[in-house]
Amino acid sequence: MLLLSIDWIFIIEKVALILVIILSSFGVAAYATWGERKVAAIMQDRIGPARAGIFGLLQPLADGGKLFFKEEIVPDRSTRTLFILGPALFMVTALMTSAVIPWGPDFSISIGGTERVVSLQVADINIGILYVFGVVSLGVYGVMLGGWSSNNKFSLLSAIRAASQSISYELAMGLSLIAVLMMTQTLSLREIVSQQHGFWQDGYFSWNFFKQPLAFLIFLVCSFAELNRAPFDMPECESELNMGYHQEYSSMKLGLYLFAEYINMFISSAVLATVFFGGYNFPWMDLVRDAVPGGLFSVICVTVLMIKVVGFILFFMFIRWTLPRFRYDQLLNLGWKGLIPLALLNLVITGGVILFFFNK
Amino acid sequence: MQLTKRAISVDRSPMTLGEKIYLPAIAKGLKITLGHIFKKKATVSYPEVKRPFSPVFRGLHVLNRDEEGREKCTACGLCALACPAEAITMEAAERKKGEEHLYREEKYAARYEINMLRCIFCGYCEEACPKDAIYLSETVMPSNYSRDYFIYKKQDMLITDEQMKKRAEKGKG
Repeated sequence: MLLLSIDWIFIIEKVALILVIILSSFGVAAYATWGERKVAAIMQDRIGPARAGIFGLLQPLADGGKLFFKEEIVPDRSTRTLFILGPALFMVTALMTSAVIPWGPDFSISIGGTERVVSLQVADINIGILYVFGVVSLGVYGVMLGGWSSNNKFSLLSAIRAASQSISYELAMGLSLIAVLMMTQTLSLREIVSQQHGFWQDGYFSWNFFKQPLAFLIFLVCSFAELNRAPFDMPECESELNMGYHQEYSSMKLGLYLFAEYINMFISSAVLATVFFGGYNFPWMDLVRDAVPGGLFSVICVTVLMIKVVGFILFFMFIRWTLPRFRYDQLLNLGWKGLIPLALLNLVITGGVILFFFNK
Repeated sequence: MQLTKRAISVDRSPMTLGEKIYLPAIAKGLKITLGHIFKKKATVSYPEVKRPFSPVFRGLHVLNRDEEGREKCTACGLCALACPAEAITMEAAERKKGEEHLYREEKYAARYEINMLRCIFCGYCEEACPKDAIYLSETVMPSNYSRDYFIYKKQDMLITDEQMKKRAEKGKG
């Protein structure tokens, strides 16, 4: 009887959703590596990968295949368990964040005569944002364990850098988000998205970007730092630390590190789009919803979110191939003396505006 | 003290607020890099598209033959003498009866080898040759894994009938 009382369809539905999300994360990350090469090439007046398939579209497969067939080297004096755990942890934390992101609105299908509402979100937990932060701050453990256990001074230095950079920028990131949360009054990502319904609401833009531009800017800069991407790619800074924390890694363990960074980029683009750019909302969505069937509407919404995500990924790439790397002291100065006071100021202004104008 | 006219004094004044927030500079940088999207690509897809060589390019050696297909080389050794890298080796032989259609003069090179790993493609052999028997073509030397490959024998360098035909056509045109 116990087995019957379990909602099996619910479990199947969630497992399918998780599979789809993880596989599409892999897909997006793989093609992000291709996109990054193309963007770099175009900005340097080259054509980039063009040999593997049309426009070099099979390049990610070739890269993956190459990494799998490389020799696997575990340094003699490394701490073996942690050395193997490092990339795995990094990958797992990169994939975990996607659980709370609402990819599209609910739609209903009928299975065996009963209507079922299918949610395009793995878990709608009421502390969604907090969960994202928790998992993101776990992500630095992958880098730290990897750098520390490889028993290499460059790796260790880079791991320390990664840790302190990520701690410094998480503060400003959190503070900038608190201003948004004061406005939305909820931590649930689903509700944050539904509050940004459409594009224009009650005589003002509904997206949080237009309500909190400063918070968006701080969040964006901090996500660059959290992603270890240029101009804040201190942990891997080739010119100072050779390759940084993954110097001793080879084969697919290195691949996992590199790949997880792209997955991180995908997920943080999704978080940026969800929190600040209205998630799956788009202008005149009410008109579209009335015109098309529910299932198709969900597909359109997911597509809209994906377009926003790809836009952010492209922006991350443009910045990487435009700016030189910060010096480490400049990085910390910007974080502690620039972004944190700015985020606090934004907090005070937001609080003041809410208190004086929206205090019902 | 100014040493050259091109010396530029570095501005070491502290950053202004506009510089401190970095955003104007980032926008400027993005404008430059994004502008490159529409620029012409410098890439030449090599095996399909080949850029023309300069007229003075010196590539692989070719041993020449005259219009009747006879080898011009008389194994005088002047090219080997001129070679600064000492890459050329040859052995002379006397032309026998009935070989007149193969070699133009009484003496010919029975063995003629150039070590392409030593050769510096200076073209002195071409200049030294009194018979116009050797010249440097527009072919780039191919790569290989074995060292033996790079010792080019006479047969590797001798001009082929096909090349002769092509040259004849070129001469007419």
